[in-house]
Amino acid sequence: MSADLTIILPEILLAVFAMLGLIGAVYTSKDDLASPLLWATSAVFLAVAAWIGFTGEGTNVAFGGMFIDDGFSRFAKVTILVSAAAVLLMSEGYMSQRGLLRFEYPMLVALAAVGMMTMVSAGDLMALFMGLELQSLALYVVASLRRDSVKSTEAGLKYFVLGALSSGLLLYGASLVYGYAGTTLFSGIVQVAEEGVSLGLLFGLVFLMAGFAFKVSAVPFHMWTPDVYEGSPTPVTAFFATAPKVAAMALFARVMHDAFGGAVADWQQVMALLSVLSMFLGAFAAIGQTNIKRLMAFSSIAHMGYALMGLASGTALGVEAMLVYMAIYVTMNIGTFAFILMMEKDGQPVVEISSLKMYAKREPGKAWAMLFLMFSLAGVPPMLGFFGKFYVLRAAYEGGLVWLAIAGVIASVIGAYYYLRIVYYMFFGETQDEGLNGGKSPILWAMLMGSAAVMLFGIINMFGVDTAAAAAALTLVN
Amino acid sequence: MDNILSITTFMPALAALILAVFLRGEDEAAQRNAKWVAMATTVITFIASLFILFDFDRNDTGFQMVEQGEWIMGLTYKMGVDGISVLFVMLTTFMMPLVIAASWSVTDRVKEYMIAFLLLETLMLGVFMALDLVLFYLFFEAGLIPMFLIIGIWGGANRIYASFKFFLYTFLGSVLMLVAMVAMYADAGTTDIEALLNHQFGSETFSLLGMQIVGGMQTILFLAFFASFAVKMPMWPVHTWLPDAHVQAPTAGSVVLAAILLKLGGYGFIRFSFSMFPVGSEVMAPLVLWMSAIAIVYTSLVALVQDDMKKLIAYSSVAHMGFVTMGIFSGNQQGLDGAIFQMLSHGFISGALFLCVGVIYDRMHTREIDAYGGLVNRMPAYALIFMLFTMANVGLPGTSGFVGEFLTLMAVFQVNTWVAAVATTGVIFSAAYALWLYRRVVMGDLIKESLKSITDMTRREKAIFAPLVVMTLLLGVYPALILDIIGPSVAALVTQYDTALAAAEAATMVAEN
Repeated sequence: MSADLTIILPEILLAVFAMLGLIGAVYTSKDDLASPLLWATSAVFLAVAAWIGFTGEGTNVAFGGMFIDDGFSRFAKVTILVSAAAVLLMSEGYMSQRGLLRFEYPMLVALAAVGMMTMVSAGDLMALFMGLELQSLALYVVASLRRDSVKSTEAGLKYFVLGALSSGLLLYGASLVYGYAGTTLFSGIVQVAEEGVSLGLLFGLVFLMAGFAFKVSAVPFHMWTPDVYEGSPTPVTAFFATAPKVAAMALFARVMHDAFGGAVADWQQVMALLSVLSMFLGAFAAIGQTNIKRLMAFSSIAHMGYALMGLASGTALGVEAMLVYMAIYVTMNIGTFAFILMMEKDGQPVVEISSLKMYAKREPGKAWAMLFLMFSLAGVPPMLGFFGKFYVLRAAYEGGLVWLAIAGVIASVIGAYYYLRIVYYMFFGETQDEGLNGGKSPILWAMLMGSAAVMLFGIINMFGVDTAAAAAALTLVN
Repeated sequence: MDNILSITTFMPALAALILAVFLRGEDEAAQRNAKWVAMATTVITFIASLFILFDFDRNDTGFQMVEQGEWIMGLTYKMGVDGISVLFVMLTTFMMPLVIAASWSVTDRVKEYMIAFLLLETLMLGVFMALDLVLFYLFFEAGLIPMFLIIGIWGGANRIYASFKFFLYTFLGSVLMLVAMVAMYADAGTTDIEALLNHQFGSETFSLLGMQIVGGMQTILFLAFFASFAVKMPMWPVHTWLPDAHVQAPTAGSVVLAAILLKLGGYGFIRFSFSMFPVGSEVMAPLVLWMSAIAIVYTSLVALVQDDMKKLIAYSSVAHMGFVTMGIFSGNQQGLDGAIFQMLSHGFISGALFLCVGVIYDRMHTREIDAYGGLVNRMPAYALIFMLFTMANVGLPGTSGFVGEFLTLMAVFQVNTWVAAVATTGVIFSAAYALWLYRRVVMGDLIKESLKSITDMTRREKAIFAPLVVMTLLLGVYPALILDIIGPSVAALVTQYDTALAAAEAATMVAEN
């Protein structure tokens, strides 16, 4: 038992931290503590990430297989924690300026992080659902953090109702799988599935996939994404676009390979379909957007399509490609949202893309950084975003999905259009008298520049992320 | 000087970085500094490339000065030059100082302008030196970004449309090549171009969606690469981005586009399509030859009716690139020699012609042919230089334009007489549009009021043209200067091509019996 507890010590510590924070804030003058708590949470995230990243070794299983700590989960956890810490740091200025910085915010994010860490380590359908719900419930609340805004509450409610639906689908799938496999343990399901997937198990699998597709916002389960992205306060949107996506994608990979690894042929086509629909819908629907947050929502749908392309290949290379893709995607999104957070006029946040007209004249440094990020999101070399695409293309091709690879590159050309449009507004447009002003936060500036620099110079050296992802993928698929 | 290639390639990028980080302000002093830094860098890069040329052993047909190192994701960083690529490197470094000099009158966002051109130089040099598929693709595609910005920021009135069209058109072409590269990686297990050149890709006929694919995988790969290079080249009928891009780009942008960027397609055809997929090339050659012949005649006719000077020269570029593809896919020594020669010579000539347009555009701010006439009266030096390059464009013997056209026509005559016959009529049309342009702009009486006070070329402008004049005439009377360098490599390539074809044919014979 104590050995089991050692394995989940990071999760326990984070949960204890979150509860202590809540108690402390309740017994003191509440929101005064919000800012220190936010900083403390980021520091704890980074510390736990470093702890997991540097000391984790081998594959450890706890609670009779319900919790798995392996290279794959560690890679995902480090990505989740680091990106969550970055997003928290980015939120501080924006939220305190608008009176949104309540102490619940960092605590809810910490609890969501615990949920995500449980998700990626789940070795059992029960553990999976527990982590997923812990994460989701925390996220529903932060989506409606701005209580006095109709849009924000609408976003929270929409997310909650649709999320509950997807949880229902997922649970239904889980119960079918349990019924036909006789166990909730992935290690048990995989043995049953290898002997042949019965119709009931197949139904369960499909419902499970529908639930996961909702969490990663893959088409046709994407409808909530644009509204929730638009309605939530921008820092929360940034959070939605990063850590939970990594967690959901890792969970997806975990279940598909740990529980249904022997039945790749049964889920490959579904995955490929999700992928191709997401890529094309993301590419087309973003073209008409005038709100940059909605645009980023469709952009993230498209990016999930590419990550799913890696998974669809059903190979170790595919998982490796997905992990690298998600790491790059998260880095790009942190920079882009740092830029969006800095878009303000007379202290008010602005989300209209047309407000960026000739931004390059006023703020050349930020405009160039954003340009690199846009080309990276579009997957144009030499930016790092291209290597993510190259990776998943390779995986898809070697997994025998040539048509998917071709569809993917064509969608990337269509998608390039709207990224270019932002560049066009910033650099080519006519001069405008009254543009954006303000947005002088050093933290946001550093995040934007750092992210752009990674996109540009990451191609020289990825600091071991690629090898780590390769090692992580091998622990999952063998 | 172990890594002379990397030094040459990345020197402009380094200078661009220095400009980006250290140069501040938009005042006149800052602008002057930016210009001089760019000028000095391009000149030093040219000098560095001269070392490459001197070190180059022209009897060695393999890759020379090879550099190799670990790169991310298990890929390799590998650079090298051979007889085919070394002169393109020289063309690039030779043209860039002239391009910078031609941009001396730019006043809007000069720092960014120079950074864009310096980065573009790095990327173009990288394309010619890269010996790794992914590295090649990286340089090849990345060049779109600075060019997109050059057209979009410093271009003419309709620049937005032109820049988007340029980007999306070429991007769409290239991504199919990317999938093909992934396929090659999976097939050969390596992205090393040197290794891929010795790898035999499958050429057994198979059926796909009910169609018999003659030449098998090689044909498919050929078509994917063709999608990219044909757009880049550009070949008829996917050339329509070029006139728009040329017309809207600033003068220096047009020069780079015509002189160097178009050559990336031709270089790619030789390096990849022709060398790696001999069976695919053999299967598709008739189509490419006819497309080239149509391009030569059709775009020459289109050029005839243009009233915008830049558009006319852009169409003439498409026609001249038709000779290049025709030469390459003739598949013999003269054809490839001629194609490479034509590309290099077209680099000088078309670059010079766009500069000629730039000279009068700077004075009158219009490119309408009707707005000019009788310039010879006020601008004798200009008339002389324009005349020289017009003649070179027509392919007058004694200028470099003649050698390339003659060699490619001779090559294609051995393969397909009809294509040769059609293409030769294109030469006549090219004389028609070029001379007519010259007649309308330069000859006649100076009657237009606005032109009465036009001034002849300044010393700076003459200095820009001087090297181009020298090269055009020198290569016209002494083509061996180029042919001696490319000859051995081309001969080796043609031998390899013939051997591969013979082997594939033997294999089919065995399979049939």
